[in-house]
Amino acid sequence: MNRKFVMALGLALAASASMAQTLRIGLAEDPDVLDPSLARSFVGRIVFASLCDKLVDIDEKLNIVPQLATSWQWSADNKALTMKLRPGVTFHDGEKFDAAAVKYNIERHKTIAGSNRRGELLPVSSVDVVDDMTVRLNLSAPFSPLLTVLADRAGMMVSPKAAQANPTNFGAKPVCSGPFKFVERIAQDKITLERYANYWDKANIHFDKVTFQPVVDSTVRLANLKSGQLDFIERVAPSDVAAIKKEGKLGLARITELGYQGITINTGKSDLAQKNPLGRDPRVREAFELSLDRAGIVKVAMDGEAEPGNQWVSPGNAFYAKNVPIPKRDVARAKQLLKEAGVPNPSFTLMTGTTSDAQRLAQVVQAMAKDAGFDVKIQSTEFATSLNLADKGQFEAYVLAWSGRADPDGNLFSFHGCKQPLNYSGECRANWDELLNRSRATLDPKERIKIFATLAAEIEKERPIIYLYHRNWLWAFNKKLTGMRTVPDGLIRVQGLKM
Amino acid sequence: MTQYLAKRLAAILPTIFFVTVIIFTLQQLLPGDAATIMAGENQDPNVIAYLRQKLHLDEPIPVRYGYWIWGVLHGDLGESLRIQEPVLGLILQKLPVTLELAAMAMLIALVIGIPAGIVSATAKDSVWDYAANVVALWGLSTPNFWLGILMILLFSVQLGWLPASGYVSPFEDLQGNLAAMIMPAFVLGNAIAALLMRHTRSAMLQVLNADYVRTARAKGLDERTVVLKHALRNALTPIITLGALEFGTLLSGAVLTEQVFSIPGFGKLIVDAVFNRDYAVVQGVVLFTSTVYIVLNLLADLAYFLVNPRMRG
Repeated sequence: MNRKFVMALGLALAASASMAQTLRIGLAEDPDVLDPSLARSFVGRIVFASLCDKLVDIDEKLNIVPQLATSWQWSADNKALTMKLRPGVTFHDGEKFDAAAVKYNIERHKTIAGSNRRGELLPVSSVDVVDDMTVRLNLSAPFSPLLTVLADRAGMMVSPKAAQANPTNFGAKPVCSGPFKFVERIAQDKITLERYANYWDKANIHFDKVTFQPVVDSTVRLANLKSGQLDFIERVAPSDVAAIKKEGKLGLARITELGYQGITINTGKSDLAQKNPLGRDPRVREAFELSLDRAGIVKVAMDGEAEPGNQWVSPGNAFYAKNVPIPKRDVARAKQLLKEAGVPNPSFTLMTGTTSDAQRLAQVVQAMAKDAGFDVKIQSTEFATSLNLADKGQFEAYVLAWSGRADPDGNLFSFHGCKQPLNYSGECRANWDELLNRSRATLDPKERIKIFATLAAEIEKERPIIYLYHRNWLWAFNKKLTGMRTVPDGLIRVQGLKM
Repeated sequence: MTQYLAKRLAAILPTIFFVTVIIFTLQQLLPGDAATIMAGENQDPNVIAYLRQKLHLDEPIPVRYGYWIWGVLHGDLGESLRIQEPVLGLILQKLPVTLELAAMAMLIALVIGIPAGIVSATAKDSVWDYAANVVALWGLSTPNFWLGILMILLFSVQLGWLPASGYVSPFEDLQGNLAAMIMPAFVLGNAIAALLMRHTRSAMLQVLNADYVRTARAKGLDERTVVLKHALRNALTPIITLGALEFGTLLSGAVLTEQVFSIPGFGKLIVDAVFNRDYAVVQGVVLFTSTVYIVLNLLADLAYFLVNPRMRG
């Protein structure tokens, strides 16, 4: 065989490979049900980003940008949002996307049994079809987070025809309008999507297929990337970052998450709160916070791959309350506070997860707090059990992370609102509720920043949650892959990705 | 024989009944609440209430057991709430994968374990014996996940010979399938080979000292026939039991190995289901694998008849 022939053969093979190109993504977990109304996990949202378009999206700077809706307008009383829809969009079954489809979807989100979107869309009282391509969402009260809610699963549109045809297990074969359509799912093994030929933004789609493979172990996920079985992996272990940087053929991208890692303290969830000094006395909680060095925690527990923080949003966020800066570690002051509180050596149990990251975090906290006189007992608890104990108030302090939402309301309301489902601290204050509701009713961001500043100062007095840091989303990928967009929600946007 | 068989078969039904009771009660004893974990991040009270009702969590345990067993008797193992797929479908999806992995692992274990045991017994206290013992000890004491990760680093990342993880159906790509399965099968087979080797060795040592073996040798039979035909056949009985039990264990899923190599078998299915409190999946899979285990046990007992003529009497 002469050399020219071999080269020609090689080129032909390369050409055919590029013609049917697959993007292989390694996930950290197996997603739950692929129905936008029922879905409940972060990892599922990564798959949805390729499968189901939303009314609007968020960009790198958390601005709301058009997706299936091209423009929108609030009414004068802020109680109605009118959206113009993108013309020429079809669902994967060929059905037309229009105002009636939006109405159907919002109503489905609100009414389907077991919907996880019902709560998110609670303020939406009705949906009007203004004309074929215009829809109006009527609210019972002004609700400023609505657009960011519509930039997530509540804004995802499924084909009404397909959903009606399959009312009980639509999630096993979802039909949406995103860049890729569903082909098959083998649980715990692979989700395969294939390019949707009539996608409205098809010029920006450069792959024919996307596969999502759950590879739970981060070392193995990385090994798959290194050996070429995967092109892209999400949630790289911070401890692997140094090795990836050395590897010439791998790229690394990172962005600070919207969520946070923190310690929730039982200050009123159950009578356990009054039985231990940490839950009983805000001075002890302040001392606990002062005993911690957040930068040190980030270094040890996260290999530096996180941004220290003390609020529900990271210091870089537009809604961060600058009047409540991150306190510096001050062991002397912490000891003083404990003395004033009459408990120089308070003891409490810190419930944490069973992963090595969670253990490391708890151990660093334990060691730091010890310097101020705290005796922290670590209780490693499997997640489902810990959630149940937290719900019943059977804990003193709980290491709990939140994946975060684009609007600060999503990180705040359910955690600090009285009797809200994620308010594990049990702290219930009328003035906090008033501020939370006011921030929801106010559309002007400048006004909202002021409200959050007041709220941050109020919450700091009680410290039901001690926020520690905001993790980096870490992605590693084959260096040939270009067009990556790092959006703080941690989702992988396939539009523009090219190999 | 027929009487023995009938007795054994009759014992199976109550055994399986007890298994269902145990699976169900143990599951209920798990701390944590299925509805809470299933509700996901938002912890929407309406969703929790809906799941409670759907899972019959508000009803007493015997009633819930009744719902489940009624379904099972009608061939309905329920549905995974987490991913909206029927449990039976999931089992049938994972079964070929687990079967293949178990069969390959068992084959590797038999090919290595039994010959090593025979050599080690016939050449007792020789270099071969010590070598085999060292290897067996290593096989028994190496954690699967560790060996798995080392193999991935060597064969996939360094040498690039084998895929690091994942599964390909043999009907799609037989070569790809074998490439994906060989490492996990070796990791699993390795530990069982060590066990089989130790048992073969001790069983053989016992038999080789028996009177009838001395008689066989005295008859002038060559050593090969004495070892393989006379001694091994008798020594095999306990090894068959052990092999069947190990195979049964393999069928119930190799949790860590499947996790490391991302093999979508029973092990991964059940671990995910336990952590997510996906009750129907846990119950369905455990019931299935324990039934298989019980049946394998029976088959092992029947296999005694084939290798041991005295039992046929």
